[in-house]
Amino acid sequence: MAELRLAGRPASPGFAEGVLFHLVERSVTRIATNDSSREAADLRRAIADAAQTIGALAEKSEGEAAEMLAFQVAMLEDDALSEGAFIEIEKGSAADQAWRQALDAEIQSYRAADDEYFRARSADLEDIRDTVLDHLSGGGSVLAVPPGSIIVARDLPPSRFLGIDWSKGGAILLSEGSPSSHVAMLARARGVPMIIGLGIVPTPDATPVIVDGASGEAFVEPSETTRHAFLMRQRDDQEKSGRAASVASKPAMTADGTPITMLINIAGLDDLEGLDPSLCDGIGLVRTEFLFGEGPDLPDEDTQYHVYRRMIEWAQGRPVTIRTLDAGGDKPIKGLTIDGESNPFLGVRGVRLSLARPEIFRIQLRALLRAAVHGPLKVMVPMVTVPSELEAVRMMMGNAFHSLKSEGVTVAVPALGMMIEVPAAALAVSHFNADFFSIGSNDLVQYTTAAGRDIGAVASLADVRHPAVLRLIELVASYGVEAQREVSLCGDAGGDPTLIPDLLKAGLRTLSAAPGLIGRAKLAISEFHLGQSGGR
Amino acid sequence: MTVPVLSSEKASGSALLTNAVGLHARPSVKLTQLAKSFSSSIAVATEATGPWVDAKSPVKIMRVKAPKGTILHFEAEGPDAVEAVAALVALVERRFDEAEGDDHG
Repeated sequence: MAELRLAGRPASPGFAEGVLFHLVERSVTRIATNDSSREAADLRRAIADAAQTIGALAEKSEGEAAEMLAFQVAMLEDDALSEGAFIEIEKGSAADQAWRQALDAEIQSYRAADDEYFRARSADLEDIRDTVLDHLSGGGSVLAVPPGSIIVARDLPPSRFLGIDWSKGGAILLSEGSPSSHVAMLARARGVPMIIGLGIVPTPDATPVIVDGASGEAFVEPSETTRHAFLMRQRDDQEKSGRAASVASKPAMTADGTPITMLINIAGLDDLEGLDPSLCDGIGLVRTEFLFGEGPDLPDEDTQYHVYRRMIEWAQGRPVTIRTLDAGGDKPIKGLTIDGESNPFLGVRGVRLSLARPEIFRIQLRALLRAAVHGPLKVMVPMVTVPSELEAVRMMMGNAFHSLKSEGVTVAVPALGMMIEVPAAALAVSHFNADFFSIGSNDLVQYTTAAGRDIGAVASLADVRHPAVLRLIELVASYGVEAQREVSLCGDAGGDPTLIPDLLKAGLRTLSAAPGLIGRAKLAISEFHLGQSGGR
Repeated sequence: MTVPVLSSEKASGSALLTNAVGLHARPSVKLTQLAKSFSSSIAVATEATGPWVDAKSPVKIMRVKAPKGTILHFEAEGPDAVEAVAALVALVERRFDEAEGDDHG
């Protein structure tokens, strides 16, 4: 067969070579029988089938992978894992629901573990959970993704991404998808090449393919010439990566000596594993919604506190900016966000949702106040549109502070700042009494250009370099200098070497980006002459 | 530091967890597999006073989340109780036959 060139839009840079693996979607929903003995029998069979599937895979695997699969089999074969589920089935729950609930509780306890090795095992428990769910819904052919695969799918849920072993390389090719999706952010953070909008990929599993994430090209069954050119580009890229790596641990500075503060964006503790804090000047954005989306229950105060505390401890005295729950928009959370909004991006999301659900927000504020004891914590409120929203948060925080104190709990007051995502907030920035401002460029761009970040067809309109967007950034940055409030930018633009010069020219001196992009970002900064530009 | 205490059909002993990852995925599987090879009932705990968990259940052992430096206590009851405790203590003392400095698991 001849070489086939596929072209899509780059979503995460990097090179990969491997074989195709089509990810079957978990779309089949199981219909409950309302017969508890049938449900129990179905679950028992699904667990046995899952153990057999994984066992077969373990036999084909070697080394560490085989041992991890053997661990999954041992867990599945242990009745202690499922006894809670069978009790729920007895009480009338459907098999899939009961299983999910039991496993999610188990997973939650691993996530809360003090020891990182035990925390890391939550991914194995998720795998176990999903494999059994697949068998329950009759889609038993869904196997663990062989490490190093070039994954083909329509879209990829973040949970699925996190369940895949990326240590052996690999890449993601999506027929749809968006560069601003969470899976794209995760891919960039982990350095996994990803291309979106490829349309149907017609070739079967195990076909060799090479992927250039930066150019958005993939070559199926590449010719020798193509492969050679690919290897040359890869070497070039590695050379650049080498230079990026050499500046990564040094403070960021422009070619003419202006220091730039470089922070990292993270979605959870996983992103910090193996990461040296000296890479950055602190954490500029923690997306706490990932904490909320994972289990059937929202995380309790202690769970949140432990996660926040660990992040602060990781940073070793560097500031840590934690964003309060930013659900809604493209991040629905079951039982929390409002279903069926005609335009969720213009609906009850971010702080609007937090203020609408104070009983849930209060828990997060309490956890943050407790965590603030352990280091310089900054709390950042998303989607603020009018000053009264920020003041309402401040008041709730004050109340939480006093009730914790009266309970005898040690607390500290963190800095309270806000995101600038809504153009109205950018234009009226001087009206807000925030300790700091962080520009969420993804949303600011989509709201300014009226081009949805999840709609591929208008993606070219959603450009940070639109003069209106740069003007808004300039406005906020110069207000920050005048009022002595820190201004940073934590959208994707902050890690994009091609956009960084424009951001610095607009007056920004603090950028936050995915950990995997810090080296390149610092390299771009070090090669840029700010000169007399820079709005200050 | 194995101290098997003999009685008619009961035995107990303890050992210090010295492998880097504690009683983690791989060690747990090895420990439960070994425990299952005996017909005695065997329990494990991180305190001499318990709480005790079934040493044949990887799920329950993983729930203990015992880190490096924990002293594991074993109690067995049954026809091969003494052999079982001796074998389990030896396994822990051999660091579950894991390579030195092997942090994976």
